[in-house]
Amino acid sequence: MESLIPPFDAYAVFVEPWTRDLGLTLPIVLMGFFVTAACGLIGNYLILRRLALVGDAISHSVLPGLVVAFLFSGSLQIGAMFVGAVVAGVLTTLLIELIHTRSRVKTDAAIGITFCSLFAIGVIMINAFAGQVHLDTECVLYGEIGYVPLEETVSLFGGRLNLGPAPVVTMGVVFALVAVLVLLFYKELLVSSFDTTLAASLGFAPRVIHYCLMSLLSVVVVAAFESVGAILVIATLILPGATAQMISTRLPIIMGLSLAHAALSSLGGYHLARWLDCSTAGAMVVAGAALFTAAWVLSPRSTILRKWKTRLGFFAGEEDPQEKAAAAPAAAGD
Amino acid sequence: MSTRLTPSRSVRWQSTAGLAVVVWLALFAVTPAAWADRIGDIQETSVWEQAGRFFTFRDPGLRLALAGCLLLGLSCGLLGGFVVVRKMALVGDTLSHAVLPGIALGFLWNMTKDPVAILAGATLVGLLGVMVVDWITRTTTLQQDAALGLVLSAFYGVGICLVTRIQRLPTGNKSGIDKFMFGQAAALGEDDIVLMLVTTLVTVALIVLFYRGLLVLSFNREFGEAMGLPMKLLHHLLMLLTAFAIVVAMQAVGVVLVSAMLVIPAASAYLMTDRMHRLLLLAALIGMGSAALGAFFSFLGHNLPTGPFMVLAGTVVFIGSFLFSPRYGWLTRLWRQHSRRLRTELENTLKAMYRVQEDRDFHGEGVSVLELAERRKETVEEIQARVKNLRSAGLATLTEEGRMIHFTPEGYRQACLIVRNHRLWELYLTNVAHFAADHVHAEAEEVEHVLGEDTVRQLERRLKFPRQDPHGKPIPSLRDMVGTSAEEELQRGTETLGYR
Repeated sequence: MESLIPPFDAYAVFVEPWTRDLGLTLPIVLMGFFVTAACGLIGNYLILRRLALVGDAISHSVLPGLVVAFLFSGSLQIGAMFVGAVVAGVLTTLLIELIHTRSRVKTDAAIGITFCSLFAIGVIMINAFAGQVHLDTECVLYGEIGYVPLEETVSLFGGRLNLGPAPVVTMGVVFALVAVLVLLFYKELLVSSFDTTLAASLGFAPRVIHYCLMSLLSVVVVAAFESVGAILVIATLILPGATAQMISTRLPIIMGLSLAHAALSSLGGYHLARWLDCSTAGAMVVAGAALFTAAWVLSPRSTILRKWKTRLGFFAGEEDPQEKAAAAPAAAGD
Repeated sequence: MSTRLTPSRSVRWQSTAGLAVVVWLALFAVTPAAWADRIGDIQETSVWEQAGRFFTFRDPGLRLALAGCLLLGLSCGLLGGFVVVRKMALVGDTLSHAVLPGIALGFLWNMTKDPVAILAGATLVGLLGVMVVDWITRTTTLQQDAALGLVLSAFYGVGICLVTRIQRLPTGNKSGIDKFMFGQAAALGEDDIVLMLVTTLVTVALIVLFYRGLLVLSFNREFGEAMGLPMKLLHHLLMLLTAFAIVVAMQAVGVVLVSAMLVIPAASAYLMTDRMHRLLLLAALIGMGSAALGAFFSFLGHNLPTGPFMVLAGTVVFIGSFLFSPRYGWLTRLWRQHSRRLRTELENTLKAMYRVQEDRDFHGEGVSVLELAERRKETVEEIQARVKNLRSAGLATLTEEGRMIHFTPEGYRQACLIVRNHRLWELYLTNVAHFAADHVHAEAEEVEHVLGEDTVRQLERRLKFPRQDPHGKPIPSLRDMVGTSAEEELQRGTETLGYR
């Protein structure tokens, strides 16, 4: 057991990364932030629309799209990757719909069948075309965020402005894209998430919005795929939003909080990984989960805390906590 | 889905079948090893030689792997049946990802791949995950899907940390833990098979023992609770068994895809039958079949992961069932609708011919194409197409110059039948349901095609064997039909004549 948890050396864990290994630390932490923030922004809408598990499905089923894109383009071209991902993502949504509208199989089973089958096809393709595809099954499972600093760098103006490793730049662009789109279409997304009928009567075309959201989700998932892997993407989709929803009920605040969660979890995860010498992506998820647990138990809106407080008599002489609870979650969104 | 409790005879039959399969598998697994090499040992063989090796079952390693696959297909299929009808497919998915830290902890217990320690660790952590999902949905505003995704990925993250940590440890025998990711049936050892056998036996026995309770739990939990049955206990039992099945299947299928082995066979079976015991049996068979196929295909290549192939084999079965299942297949249903529409059109044409003849008080033979076109308000070409259909169905003939249509005896009988159905239903609507006489025609146009023999007999009795419809038209009697194909009716027996 001693060997499992290495001795805690504060200097090595907290100081060294920012002094000696800054070149390693910065790209990884930035990458972690971009991935978690981009996924978190979209994830908020997934949670509100009860599509969290469609996110789960798409994160698995983009794999065959990715492999096919690799085979066609022959290299890791961003354009081909995104096209493959969007096609796979929309195909997943359509297949799920087809199965549960055209047969008596329920939605949950339809989701399970679709993404497992597509994922299986992806894994078999990776194994079959191992020579041509620079994806290995390890990467699919764990992600390789630790190798990000080793990628070739992108520079502008003939090498005078060095932007950093290519994946970080891509992910940064994707994050910026997501942020801009969410800001631009804030009203449309908000209305169609909470009240589809109202959205339709305002002329927002909820179905179009739904498929656009799914396409955007596929793009984000693919961009994040290489660094965190198929399954941990789900964590980056759900954890920030879920944590923020523990604390607030207003969408703008939730958005801000999920960005804060992204920053904290990527920083905390990186240091955790430095200490424990384990998968960085995994550690970031663990850090995020710890933040969620803290928010769950300690947030002012938490029922758990309130129950304990009442039990301990802290509320003696104050107003009825039940009444406060009923008043709090009244206004959701804007 | 039928909620009727099945008679105990079928339960007993199912249990004996299940036990027989398990015993057969047990014999399979412990057959003494004659060909002592492991699956991965021979590298230079062609696909056909590999296939030959597979079907002769010469390799003991292969025999073990195959036995393992069949066992996991059996237990996953059985439990998947409950998972699918209870709409818990994604709970299964969460459970299967959440066990990862448990596997790592079980591995850490004594730093080897000890099946029992791993089973215990994984089951405990998996059930903890399911409990956390429950806890989150109860104490927060998060919906169940968000809670499932959250637990799934958070537990998996912890598991990934532990697994990568273990792989970087300086000591211990680490081989094998990576096999939990995508599954490798060839990595199954004898210990694993024995453990699989035990859990499968326990699963089959418990399902047979508590079959009725589980049935009530699956279809009408509130009823069970009202009856005072221990629903909560049974729910936990089912989750425990599911966790067992997942953990046991894990080594052959892999963490990511093991939930597919729960869902896909059971969903395929769900499309084929309405009875729970048949569903379970079918799901178990499909599960075993696809698991064996998966083992076969991954054996053809060298050291390919087994899990994806199993899942794909299952998917092929599901697609087949989705499209062609006799009762609920998509294409079967489309085909049924199509043939019903065709029959309705044929019957409408026959009815029109009958009406034309009726207007002439049945003078003269046959109906001309023009008359029919006038009656149906269609062009001559359309009528010709309809007559072609009638001819190929053997219900009418066309004279050589193509102008006169004649009933065949069978055609005349069917025309009488359909007119009779129509007028009986009109009469029923006016006399019994008190519809206005001018409102009943459209209704009867629909219903005439779907009235069955029994319903018509009931109508006759209810209406006291009427002769005229509400518009004063005669209802074609059974004698009209008998008159044209008397021998056929006589063969059916004379008692039908007694109605008049």
